[in-house]
Amino acid sequence: MRLTKITLAAVVALGSASFAETTAPGNIKFGENGGIELSLTSVAGDAASGRKIFMNRKKGNCLACHVNSDMAEQTFHGEVGPELDGVADRWEAAELRGILVNSKNMFEGTIMPAFYRDSGYNRILKKFDGKTILSAQEVEDLLAYVMTLKE
Amino acid sequence: MKITSLLPLAFSIAAVASVVTAGEDSTLSVEGEVFVTKIAAPAHLENVDEIFSGWTYRRDETQALQMDDFENPSFVFIDQALDQFEMVEGSAGKACSSCHESAEVFSGLRASMPRVNSAGELETIPELINNCRTERMGAEKWKWSGGQMSAMLGLIGLQSRGMALNVAIDGPAASFWEKGKELYYQRVGQLDMACSSCHEDNYGNMIRADHLSQGQINGFPTYRLKNAKLNTIHGRFKGCMKNIRATPFKEGSDEFKALELYVASRANGLSVETPSVRN
Ligand code: HEC
Ligand code: HEC
Ligand code: HEC
Repeated sequence: MRLTKITLAAVVALGSASFAETTAPGNIKFGENGGIELSLTSVAGDAASGRKIFMNRKKGNCLACHVNSDMAEQTFHGEVGPELDGVADRWEAAELRGILVNSKNMFEGTIMPAFYRDSGYNRILKKFDGKTILSAQEVEDLLAYVMTLKE
Repeated sequence: MKITSLLPLAFSIAAVASVVTAGEDSTLSVEGEVFVTKIAAPAHLENVDEIFSGWTYRRDETQALQMDDFENPSFVFIDQALDQFEMVEGSAGKACSSCHESAEVFSGLRASMPRVNSAGELETIPELINNCRTERMGAEKWKWSGGQMSAMLGLIGLQSRGMALNVAIDGPAASFWEKGKELYYQRVGQLDMACSSCHEDNYGNMIRADHLSQGQINGFPTYRLKNAKLNTIHGRFKGCMKNIRATPFKEGSDEFKALELYVASRANGLSVETPSVRN
């Protein structure tokens, strides 16, 4: 009984990994303003998962630098970047995708990390070499969540 | 009569109140000695007008620990270093005290390090200590951030407590300083940040639960509540680099020594606070 459950889970995990289409960081087409029109994956973003990624210190950790009133239950909100309340009123989805993938295209010299870039780093720790901070699906989940931040 | 006796009381209440208000205007004093925790930036700093000790940005409870030597946990380690100073070790059968009368002879040293020696090398206090151990005592080197080294650094640094930091950056130091400056502004790691991203562009801001300081080194070695020990300068540099997912330079490397000189020069004018307390 136990065994079947585990195998089933493994098959499902494998399945979603091999069938979902994702765009590699190097193949992304940025618009003139740094935005990205096309989704990075074929699976629609999940806002609930995106909300978790936003606060997770090992994932987006967006809360390290941004105040977000939708997460008032979290004790510490950083003040390095602007407050993100109502941010989806200020930017289009394509622009926000661009900001998440590599905000440096929009904000020159920004401290905000590029969450979906896998090369061009200096002295990167070995275990992160060749990797992106977030996966393509995590970026889409996060975007779905950020799009809910309206006033 | 009554009024005069009340006056000191009013003063001490005011003093307590200023401790409670953590921030850029609070005053650090230890054993009656007032420290410079804020001063006009040294001329070489282009993007900062005023420099602040890291003490400024710590919580009231943490600040208070540094204001009383009986509360400051660093002194447990400094006491150990005092014993170590008398301890005979190595093939020459000598203790530090065989040649240095007491730790007090090192008064002023911490305030001017790192410096360039007559051979044109940039040298730091851990290297001077290890040089005595290997060349003069016939004893083993201490690890850069090991317990014995950081305790001895605490004891030696304490002899300069209250003195203004004043490292030389010109003459033979200039090329090391330039290299350190380059490293300070160089983006590294997967988070792609430089020391300046946090400690120059964002000091005073919260980064999640951390109140960012200017990343000054005038208080090192530092007792951290987080790991309950004395921490060295290079140990802290290493931690900051790892946090931004960068491969740190080695403790004692030419890179970290140059960075130490540059970062120290950004604190020129602040008081040496060794041993400081941080979270
Ligand atoms: C290290 C700090 C830092 C982190 C971490 C960070 N940001 Fe930012 N972010 C900034 C800064 C600073 C800006 C302002 C742009 C600039 O540098 O001028 C910004 C701008 C933005 C903007 C544009 C806001 C506006 O109102 O114009 C969005 C959207 C955004 N960030 C989303 C995120 C999300 C989502 C995350 C987590 C995946 C995140 N940020 C993580 C620092 C950060
Ligand atoms: C055999 C004698 C001897 C012993 C033992 C010895 N030292 Fe030294 N030490 C010297 C001499 C000589 C110098 C270089 C001249 C000077 O600056 O006093 C020196 C220099 C130093 C300096 C640099 C001082 C300065 O102002 O430049 C430090 C720090 C130091 N020693 C620490 C120690 C410590 C800590 C120990 C024990 C672990 C120790 N020494 C053991 C002889 C000794
Ligand atoms: C992501 C932001 C960030 C970056 C980048 C960063 N640090 Fe830090 N650093 C911190 C935080 C947070 C602390 C603890 C709170 C404080 O003092 O700012 C700290 C503390 C320090 C301290 C201790 C200050 C004290 O008063 O005890 C020093 C020194 C320091 N950093 C140096 C550096 C150097 C050198 C670099 C570049 C190699 C660097 N930091 C890069 C975030 C950062």
